[in-house]
Amino acid sequence: MAVKTLKIDDQLISARGDETILEAAAASGIHIPTLCNLQGVSLWGACRLCLVEVSGSSKLVAACVTPVAEGMVVQTQTKRLKHYRRMIVELLFAEGNHICSVCVSNHHCELQDLAIEMGIDHVRFTYQFPDRSVDISHPQFGVDHNRCVLCTRCIRVCDEIEGAHTWDMAGRGRNSRVITDLNQPWGEAESCTACGKCVNACPTGAIFRRGSTVAEMEHDRSQLEFISTARTRREWVQK
Amino acid sequence: MAKLKLATVWLGGCSGCHMSFLDLDEWLFELAHQVDLVYSPFMDAKQYPQEVDVALVEGAIANTDHWEMIHQVRDCTQYLIAFGDCAVTGNVTALRNILGTAEGVLERSYINLADLVPQIPAEEAIVPPLLDWVKPVHTVVPVDLYLPGCPPSPSRIKFVLEALLQGKRPQLEGRDQIKFG
Ligand code: SF4
Ligand code: SF4
Ligand code: SF4
Repeated sequence: MAVKTLKIDDQLISARGDETILEAAAASGIHIPTLCNLQGVSLWGACRLCLVEVSGSSKLVAACVTPVAEGMVVQTQTKRLKHYRRMIVELLFAEGNHICSVCVSNHHCELQDLAIEMGIDHVRFTYQFPDRSVDISHPQFGVDHNRCVLCTRCIRVCDEIEGAHTWDMAGRGRNSRVITDLNQPWGEAESCTACGKCVNACPTGAIFRRGSTVAEMEHDRSQLEFISTARTRREWVQK
Repeated sequence: MAKLKLATVWLGGCSGCHMSFLDLDEWLFELAHQVDLVYSPFMDAKQYPQEVDVALVEGAIANTDHWEMIHQVRDCTQYLIAFGDCAVTGNVTALRNILGTAEGVLERSYINLADLVPQIPAEEAIVPPLLDWVKPVHTVVPVDLYLPGCPPSPSRIKFVLEALLQGKRPQLEGRDQIKFG
């Protein structure tokens, strides 16, 4: 694969031709915030937190789904980008019912981490307070739609790593929500193997282990990465 | 130099933020030397004073009393601090917003879930009427500083007060100082 040379935040970088801006930046130690992105599963590009500016284009592009190109000049930390990133995170807080003080994922939450990174000390938008449900019909896990940011990570790990495809998305716009099987209670979703991959993939407190109380729900991303890496390298295939 | 006039106000919160303030322990003695506490649930003052330098406001705006009080606090205070998650986001106090209007909330609490005599308390001038929608402080009056946390830790409270005592505007950043929850 041909090597491409580009500039990210005034730093000269060489990247493999099939890499994305996000991957190239990460390899050079340049941090771009993400939320829907998850190592080991397909790219989604839904949350728009990794927006960057590319010289010569007035449009902002998502670094996770934009491939590098020869001579590309990328900015990741402009005032405009920071303005939009902060706005995105504030909107996520305003949209759902994120009451961190009573959340299983308090202290172990990527949305919270992003808010801290962006210096969010209050939300400027009107909180929506939607009436959302909690499903604890599964013997081991629960899903609290009040914490869901619709990143689809659960859908992708379940489909692409576990191969069960229990999760899916239903509804539109503000009525979107994740569902199990054909909108059955999770406990009755026959495709679920109870592997817990979605529990580890979820960035917030939306999917949790039952019995976890406030601030107890930790996510083990390394388990997912381990499986996906082993699978890419075909480590479990008899040679 | 005149001492800083400090007030602490308790609106729609659980008083946990005030408890965290008390957790400043022996530093409270130092603070007492440097400020005049002019209004607080910790002291007996019926009226919010005309001129206050700094006010720590705990809790969201949940009823008509809070609504009146926060306007009075804003009118008479130089530097208003939204003190804790309830003041900053609505937090636990605002969980009732999911039920819709004040009427819906009262019905659920006092009628639907009542074991014995179901009735809504309505004694005039004793129980302040609930607002339909619990609001964070900054959506009602302008706020000068946000001090999130449920409750904010004593070290955060101290950081803010120390800066103000030195005549500086506190700059909060990082997990230790600005995290919700
Ligand atoms: S999921 Fe994260 S942001 Fe949402 S309430 Fe829980 S800790 Fe807060
Ligand atoms: S449940 Fe969790 S992983 Fe699934 S879409 Fe919602 S936030 Fe993302
Ligand atoms: S922020 Fe937490 S501790 Fe403070 S009043 Fe609200 S619920 Fe109580």
